[in-house]
Amino acid sequence: MCGIVGLHLREPALHPRLGELLTGMLSQVCERGPDSAGVAVYGDPRMSPPELMSVSLLPQGRSAEQVTEAVAAALPAGTAVTSFDGGQTVVVHAATDADALRGAVRIALPAAVVVGYGEDIAVLKGVGHPRVLAEEIGLVAAQGWQGVAHTRMATESAVTPEGSHPFSVGPGQCLVHNGSFANHATIRRELRADGVEFDSDNDSEVGARFVAQQLAQGADLEKALRLLCERFDGFYTLLVSTRDSFAVVRDAIACKPAIVAETPQWVAMASEYRALAGLPGVETARIFEPEPEQVYVWRR
Amino acid sequence: MAAVTEGADVLLPQGDVITVDLAHSTVRELNAALHAPDAAERASTWLVTSPEGKHSLACGLDAELTVEIAGHAGYYCAGMNQRATVTVDGNVGVGVAENMMSGSVHVRGSASQAAGATAHGGLLVVEGDAAARCGISMKGVDIVVGGSVGHMSAFMGQAGRLVVCGDAGEALGDSLYEARLYVRGSVKSLGADCVEKEVRTEHLDELAALLLRAGRDEDPADFRRYGSARRLYHFAVDNAY
Repeated sequence: MCGIVGLHLREPALHPRLGELLTGMLSQVCERGPDSAGVAVYGDPRMSPPELMSVSLLPQGRSAEQVTEAVAAALPAGTAVTSFDGGQTVVVHAATDADALRGAVRIALPAAVVVGYGEDIAVLKGVGHPRVLAEEIGLVAAQGWQGVAHTRMATESAVTPEGSHPFSVGPGQCLVHNGSFANHATIRRELRADGVEFDSDNDSEVGARFVAQQLAQGADLEKALRLLCERFDGFYTLLVSTRDSFAVVRDAIACKPAIVAETPQWVAMASEYRALAGLPGVETARIFEPEPEQVYVWRR
Repeated sequence: MAAVTEGADVLLPQGDVITVDLAHSTVRELNAALHAPDAAERASTWLVTSPEGKHSLACGLDAELTVEIAGHAGYYCAGMNQRATVTVDGNVGVGVAENMMSGSVHVRGSASQAAGATAHGGLLVVEGDAAARCGISMKGVDIVVGGSVGHMSAFMGQAGRLVVCGDAGEALGDSLYEARLYVRGSVKSLGADCVEKEVRTEHLDELAALLLRAGRDEDPADFRRYGSARRLYHFAVDNAY
């Protein structure tokens, strides 16, 4: 069992309330995944300042200040580096491209694990109770146009920050999963043969790497998720987002729960209705359960 | 009972209706109050407000109670019901009225997966749609769905009737034993061993009675009947792998 919540805000007037609404949603799925949690926030000016590249990383014991200094030292002189301290995750920012900033992180902090990168995206995750993590992150104050959160009850791999969701392995991408993939080891081997590197033994990471590879090869999100349905066996409800898309797909049996609510102001998805009950205007929302193996995509 | 009423002003009788506001009371307090031996005498109606999708509301009831839930309920609402009449003025989550023995559960909105799962008796009415596996392993319950049902509905159904006023999803009645299925709209596909059957006078009669009990005005003549071909009852070597 795991818990998923996601919110895609169409109404700009709601953007300042993203963190508050997402925190309320997250607090309703804590029982579904009390061992670890994570969020991806799109468009918060503190977590991922506009016009800058952001790289989210697990600093392996370094403080946000130490991370910032070390990364600045690995970049060309004069490149300004700032950071956001998300507790177990640190997000560093600089006016550079993704490869340069990720490269600097790799040189400066070889032990650190990059858990997300892109413009306008911060990925913050770790182990512990979701409510405590949300406080560490300061989620309630987050702003932006889109957010995803996950609470994990581990079944396939260890309870570690690396094994927590979301998995953000391509630019601006984010995948959260409720379920378990049966053939992930086979697909992991195939992806490794293609040169794809993995950060964890988590089955969901294989799904994220697969989607990222498809997107990199030119598929759109809908096509990538259709291909995932063809290739992966097992149980899954997936919420997959990019900078401009918000998508939901379930396996053919669809035993892992999912509920979607949609209004002109927002689209929300959650494992259970109670996570949607506090959203403004939910009483007039169109509420439905996604059909099996049907890909739903909403775009900005 | 004492633990429930002490300090819980919301449980004090208001005429014939006792209101339990789940913004202030816990689900456990609600269910304990409904399980109390004098619950039916205390009020003609128990009104549950602010349910906000909470799980296990009005579960395990065993008395001639009337319970109205004003809003959306979560998982297993009215599970294991006996004799009580439970109405939900909203949607319900997974497993509404699962293993119901008798009484009735009426959902004014839509239901999530496995509505009426394994239920032995009573009447479950869903005015909206019911999602996947509606009536899975039904053992004698009557289910009337005003909208459509999802895939694998009535999977391994053993007894009872499932009436669908809308459409049915994939693999309707897969591995069915003896439940009778009536569908007014389209059926995306029939599951293993489920076949369409002739609608005879006795079927029109039972369907009319079920629709009447569910408060619906569809014409029984518009429905088609599905049931078990009974080819899976005995071992057949052709089915072995």
